[in-house]
This record gives sequence, structure tokens and C-alpha cells, in this order.
Amino acid sequence: MSDEESDQQLSDDQKLEIAKWFLTNSPAGEIQYISKDIRSVLMDDNLYNKAASEAFPIYNKNHLISIEMPNRSGDVVVTTFAELSDTEYLDPRTAQVVVVDHVKQACIDVRPATDDELCSPYIEEFRCDLDAEILKYVGEAYKKGVCSVYCINGKDAEGPGLDFELSVVINAARCSPQNFCNGSWRSIWNIEFKDELQVVELRGKLQVGAHYFEEGNVQLDASYECKDSTIFQSPEDCALSITNIIRHHETEYLSSLEGSYLNLPDTTFKDLRRKLPVTRTLFPWHNTMQISLTRDITKELGIK
Amino acid sequence: MEAAMGLMRRIHPKHSETALSALLSLLPQHSSDLLSQVDQPLRVLSDMESGNEFIMCEYNRDADSYRSPWSNKYHPPLEDGQQPSATLRQLEIEANDVFAVYRDQYYEGGISSVYMWEDEDNEGFVACFLIKKDGSKTGQGRRGYLQEGGWDAIHVIQVGPEDETMAHYCLTSTVMLSLTTNDESSGNFNLSGSIRRQMNLDLAVTDGHLCNMGKMIEEMESKLRNSLDQVYFGKTREMVCTLRPPAEVAQLRISETK
Repeated sequence: MSDEESDQQLSDDQKLEIAKWFLTNSPAGEIQYISKDIRSVLMDDNLYNKAASEAFPIYNKNHLISIEMPNRSGDVVVTTFAELSDTEYLDPRTAQVVVVDHVKQACIDVRPATDDELCSPYIEEFRCDLDAEILKYVGEAYKKGVCSVYCINGKDAEGPGLDFELSVVINAARCSPQNFCNGSWRSIWNIEFKDELQVVELRGKLQVGAHYFEEGNVQLDASYECKDSTIFQSPEDCALSITNIIRHHETEYLSSLEGSYLNLPDTTFKDLRRKLPVTRTLFPWHNTMQISLTRDITKELGIK
Repeated sequence: MEAAMGLMRRIHPKHSETALSALLSLLPQHSSDLLSQVDQPLRVLSDMESGNEFIMCEYNRDADSYRSPWSNKYHPPLEDGQQPSATLRQLEIEANDVFAVYRDQYYEGGISSVYMWEDEDNEGFVACFLIKKDGSKTGQGRRGYLQEGGWDAIHVIQVGPEDETMAHYCLTSTVMLSLTTNDESSGNFNLSGSIRRQMNLDLAVTDGHLCNMGKMIEEMESKLRNSLDQVYFGKTREMVCTLRPPAEVAQLRISETK
């Protein structure tokens, strides 16, 4: 079993890659636990620090983690849409830029955003109205949801006539290590405002994960993509109709998740293993001689 | 080692093979511990002679060859490969036949193998019952609901020496499974995971070892299936409802706050 041991030592680069792989593949809310374990497996703090500094930013952005800002400004969401530099993230709602310590998943500093970093007043009206509606919706629909709306294209448009694109990000995560359970819901909606066609096109990507690990390791991994559209209207009306579309799709998706769970016991799970044998009675172990004999005979006669 | 097991407990089950091989290369000094404590997905080999497939595992391996329970020969061929004693081989043959029928009745397909060997430490023997089922619609999923679906069961039973009319049985069972459904309206839905449990019993040997072991395995498999279905899947579902409460609950909360 251990014949192959010590036949080749891993290079530092290989170890680094392995450590980064574990970190970036951590389940929602568990990277701190993974990092503790991988650190003691590596037994090399320099290597660990290098792996952490490279892997945490990737994980944080993938998981859309939210970080509390000081001065009661709320949470900033760590996402590529908000990324100004490796450590700086924009919070459009409060027009602040937050400096983030990725490994500690904490806020180091906050400063007001410059005009260059924010969008034009014309775009801001669309963004701000949508943000307000989404905030209301997330407050109603999720238990502990965090959301943000960004302009990811055409942020400097001064008035009608140009296309632009907003992005809505929603994250609801829950960690309950004392109950051996963690989970997260992530939604990303890209919303293209097409000026010439006077339409607004939405593309949604929803990801839901849950992990239960008391005396075992079982994970749910679900994702869903959809498209929809509405007409280009005033910022206020756009905000309402976009939020309605998002609410509709996310509610539908939740019920289809419920449906998948309801189907489990009688249909899907049965294709792996039945609850009872086809005979509907427990297997006759006391009668095994008989079984072997019948099996032999059927084999010989070629009946099946 | 503890940290390594911590990692295996957290990493997504679909990555468990990659994770294990990564840990093996990081911790070569713990390779035998890791291999014995972490269950790996089962792999299958074809026994040309009998035309049957059999399951490869640590218990039928000698060097780089695996012994088929059907022909009792190693693949690829190996001279002087380890063999169970003649009496034990007789029980092994019977167990393979009977277990194949059991597997058919519960799994409606799949592959099973049983291996036995003498236990040098306690004068008894050890038996390993394995089942692998591909439940995907392209595999052996009768109903065709699963885009992808796999169930691997590993049951290892240590049978103590007979003491007058009784024997002690220690069963350790692991089930690893993964199921994925995929359709336009509900997207991609995957549940996967593994659990391991142990059961100890003293039983009269009058009914024979095979009968005793079989009953224990049947009871254990039903328990494991049940707790995966009720407890483990149930907990992940509960989590989803905590993140985003279903409409009725949300409505209730709004009216309460008004």
C-alpha cells in the first residue's frame, strides 16, 4: 500500500497548487476551516500564506461574500463587478470604496468614491431606483440577504441614446457550524438597456448550495439560468418591472427546487436503490441454498 | 492526519478523488492511514473468462492485480497471488451468488462482488460486500429520471471466531452516492455525499455466517438509505428554506411586521 511513498517529493509549486485548489473549492462559508486544515497539512507557513493570498480573492468573489463596513454603512459585496483594484471594492449605494483584507475577510479602510468611479447622474437614476426596489424585495424574500446594483457597461452615458448595462447581485448565506450545516444562495442578473430597440433584456444565473456534515458529508449543488425582457421605460418604472421579473423567476425556481426534493423518494432515488426489493418482502437470507440452486438452474437453462 | 480528515469531511464529494490523491502526495507518510480511512469510489474490471464484471478494491488487490470472485483468477494474471483458504473460498462463491440475487432485487441492475480473507489477528475472517450501481438514464436507471446517478456501497464485516454457538460480527458500511437531474424548468440539481456507520452484533451461528452477514447488511443498507433520504437530503432542503423561506412563510413574516 505504501510502496510508492517517498518516491517523489512534491515541488513547492505543486504544493501551492494543491493548497489553492482546496481553498478555492471550499464550500460556502467554510474557507476559514479549510485554511486551518490545509495550513497544518502543508506545514510550511510561507507556502500557506502565498496560497491564501492567491486563493482567497478568487473564493471571495465567487461566493460574493459580503463584508461589514464600519460606521454603520452596511455591507459591501465582494464581486468582480465592484472590483476597482485587487483590494478595492465599490459600494455604489453609499458611494464609498472599501479596502478589503481578503484573507481575514474584513474591511481595512473606507473612503468616498471619486466621480470617475461612479456613474453619470443619468445612469445613477436607473441604478439607484433599481437598487431601492431590489433592496425591498431582498428584505422580503430572503432571511439574511445582501444585494447590490452596479453599472458594468456605459456608466458615463449622459443621457438617452446610448446602451448601458446594470448588474444585480444577491447573496444570502447562512453558516451554522454548531448544526453542521452551511448554505448559500447566489443570484447574478445582467440587465442590458438597449436604447435603439427600447427593450431591457435580463439574464439571470442562480446558484444554490447546501452542506450537511454531521457524521457524513452531503452537499446540494443546484444552478439555473434564465432570460427575460421588458420595455425600456422611466427609471422608476424600469426598476419596478425588473424587480418583478426577478421576483417571479426566483420564486419559480425555489418551487422547482422544492419539486426536485419532493420527487426524490419515489422516483429519482429509486433508480439508485429501492426501499424494498422487487418482491416487496425482505430478502430470504435463511433460504440461501434455495436461491443459489435456482440461480444455477436458470443460468444453465438460459432463462432470465 | 486529523487535518487531512477534516478536509475530506468538507470538500465537495464530487471532488473526493482529486482531494484524496492530493493529500496522498502531500502526506506520503500517512498514505496507508488515508487509504484505509477514506473510501474511494469503486472501479470495475471485466473478467473475460466468466464474462462477468467485478469490483476492484484494496481487498482483492495483490501488487497491481485484482482477483475476480467469479474465476478466482488475478487480472492481469499474477502467479502466487494471495488466495483465501479452500473452505473460505467455498463460502465466498456462495456469497457472490446469493448477493447477486439480493442486488438484483434491490437495485434492479448494478454490479456486486464479495471477497473474503482469513483474519490473522483473531482467528476469524473478514468479508467485504461491494455494490456499484449506475442509475443514470444512459446506465441502469430503469425509470430514466437521472441525468447522472451513482451508488457505491462498501460493507466490511469482521467475523470473530466461533465461541460454542455464537460469533461476533462487526460491520462497517459506507455508502457514496451522487444524483443529478437536469431539465430546462428546474436547471441542474445535484445531491451527493457519503456516510459511514458501524454495527456490532453477537449472533448464533446455526443459520450460517452468510445468513447472519446478509441480514446485517440488508438492515444497514436500509438504514443508510433512509437517513440519506430523510436526514441528509432533508437538512440541505431545510437550509434552502432558511436562506429563502417559501412564499407562505414570507407572507406571514410581512404581515407580522406590519
